[in-house]
Amino acid sequence: MNFFDQVPALQIAVPLIGAPVCVLLRNGRAAWAVTQFCSVICTLLSCMLVAATRDGTVIRYELGSWSAPSGIEYYVDIVNASVLLVVSFISAIVCLYAYRGAEKEIQQDKHYLFYTGWLLCITGLLGIVITGDAFNAFVFLEISSLATYLLISLGPDRNSLTAAFRYLIMGSIGASFILIGVGFLFAATGSLNMADISARIPIADSPRTVLVAFSFLTVGLMIKAAIFPLHAWLANAYHYAPVTVTALLSGTATKVSLYLLLRFFFNVFGIQFSFGQMLLNYVLLPAAIAGFVLMSVVALYQSDLRRMLAYSSVAQIGYIVAGICLVSPLGISAGIVHIINHALIKSALFMATGCIVYRLGHAHIQSLGGMAKQMPITTAAFIASGLSLIGVPLTAGFISKFNLIAAMLEQGWWIGAALILASSLMATLYIGRVVEIMIFRKPRTSTGTLEVNEAPMQMLIPLWLLIALSIVFGIFGNETLSIASAGAERLLTGPLAPALVPESAYLSTGAGQ
Amino acid sequence: MMRKYQRQRHRVLQIVTKLLTPFVLLFALYVQFHGDYGPGGGFQAGVIFAAAFIIHGLIFGVDKTRLVLSPGVIRVLMAFGVLLYALTGVAGMLLGGNFLDYNVLAPSALSGQHWGIFAVELGVGITVTSVMISLFYSFASSRR
Repeated sequence: MNFFDQVPALQIAVPLIGAPVCVLLRNGRAAWAVTQFCSVICTLLSCMLVAATRDGTVIRYELGSWSAPSGIEYYVDIVNASVLLVVSFISAIVCLYAYRGAEKEIQQDKHYLFYTGWLLCITGLLGIVITGDAFNAFVFLEISSLATYLLISLGPDRNSLTAAFRYLIMGSIGASFILIGVGFLFAATGSLNMADISARIPIADSPRTVLVAFSFLTVGLMIKAAIFPLHAWLANAYHYAPVTVTALLSGTATKVSLYLLLRFFFNVFGIQFSFGQMLLNYVLLPAAIAGFVLMSVVALYQSDLRRMLAYSSVAQIGYIVAGICLVSPLGISAGIVHIINHALIKSALFMATGCIVYRLGHAHIQSLGGMAKQMPITTAAFIASGLSLIGVPLTAGFISKFNLIAAMLEQGWWIGAALILASSLMATLYIGRVVEIMIFRKPRTSTGTLEVNEAPMQMLIPLWLLIALSIVFGIFGNETLSIASAGAERLLTGPLAPALVPESAYLSTGAGQ
Repeated sequence: MMRKYQRQRHRVLQIVTKLLTPFVLLFALYVQFHGDYGPGGGFQAGVIFAAAFIIHGLIFGVDKTRLVLSPGVIRVLMAFGVLLYALTGVAGMLLGGNFLDYNVLAPSALSGQHWGIFAVELGVGITVTSVMISLFYSFASSRR
């Protein structure tokens, strides 16, 4: 057995096996160890995939050795290898943080279920990214969504149940739209394999079936990715979920949906159809711009730190979509870079918020006075990642915003570039407002008597690891940029190449062994 | 007095249930293991198998069913089914094939396919049974 050939399958199999093992162990600490182990293994595996696909190689893996159009195949190129790396890396870091972070928020006897849900969520997310089969992507989407509902409902607040239920309704609508879309695609092409669909899709005369499939997929993926008008579920889910879960989801869940969006629009339907015939950019770009402007304003008026960051997430997703909608190499690579960078930044911000919640039990912005004295390391972390969110030079956020604005200007869209700057200014305001309260305001008398200590080291170390990485990505931005532009190039080449199908009967291929 | 009346009211149902349960279980096993050749398979068999326990719970009370199949056992079975499925896939990898490749599980590809689908469907059946029963438990009892 050649180990490297099996890497794509192991990427999914490792967390999938870890999940039932957690249930069998029935012990919170042991389940944590399993989750940490699986996440680290997944990170290493996806590093291998990124290294292997950087030069434009495409890795295809046939599950069960059933060949591609009829069997399920895993399809790895640089675009999804980098998303795989982001998802598994965020999982590994946040899991390290969860050792102490989840301790207070989740009942002790439910810890093993929490980690089971975590692993299933990761299995689903990695599966969506790695698969080259449209229906298989839907199945993994359901796995990750169901696990996400569980994780959100484990929150300490009573409202977390309602938030999970609302997300369940919205998520199910999104998932069924995606399923209907995939169904219509199947009706139009007779295939579920993405590469095969893209080869067979009759776009020239654009029949109504393809049109309907396209509309359902667009709306379904917009819900799942929380793109502006369809983001309603996100604020509640991020607010009431355990902060550890929010840190995990903010870095992974919406990013994975955005990846799927990219894959469908660019490689399955093709640029010509999505942006030329369907004029997708005229629908998505206004939504994206309205998203990052309006949601930055909304974030300004939030009284809870988690809610503020949730709205800021919707705004940041707006940036990513705006970059994608430019359909230029620079724009798409800015979008991909921001998928990576925003995952790091927002997870770090939510982890810093988690440290505050760990000590205070809440995150009301107005009562964060005196934080800088009581929890200096956490405050510094919040400021560092906040600066990165705003896009100050030498941080990861700068790289993505700079490229996004450059891409906008390249197309001559001065207004778009100006609006990005305006919403960055608003980000400065909403982050600055919190920082101002943390540093300059005296602690309230009621909480002032309360002795608040720095968060435990086990939470601070992973938090600072992420921040260090986002600074490294800020200074040596070329590394992520080159991956992203390789990805953009891959997406812009249009349809996926269909797998070469050996014309041999299946059973005879293995008969010799 | 009240208890006796309650018990007697369900006498017919109780006897019919007792008579039927073995057949329901047997039919579930048939659907499970004949799934390779005819209609059936893990999902259907799992639901039928669970139905036997659910009828038992409805007629005799959930507490008695819990004595037969405790929630702890159910939890272990739930995980075991998934594990069986995944490990069958890994076994294919270890024997030189791809994930979930059944050809390599036995000397000939045909019997390999048989063994593979047998193990995988058994995993599905066990998990579906235990999930159905645990759903019934959690809806039927107010305590948990």
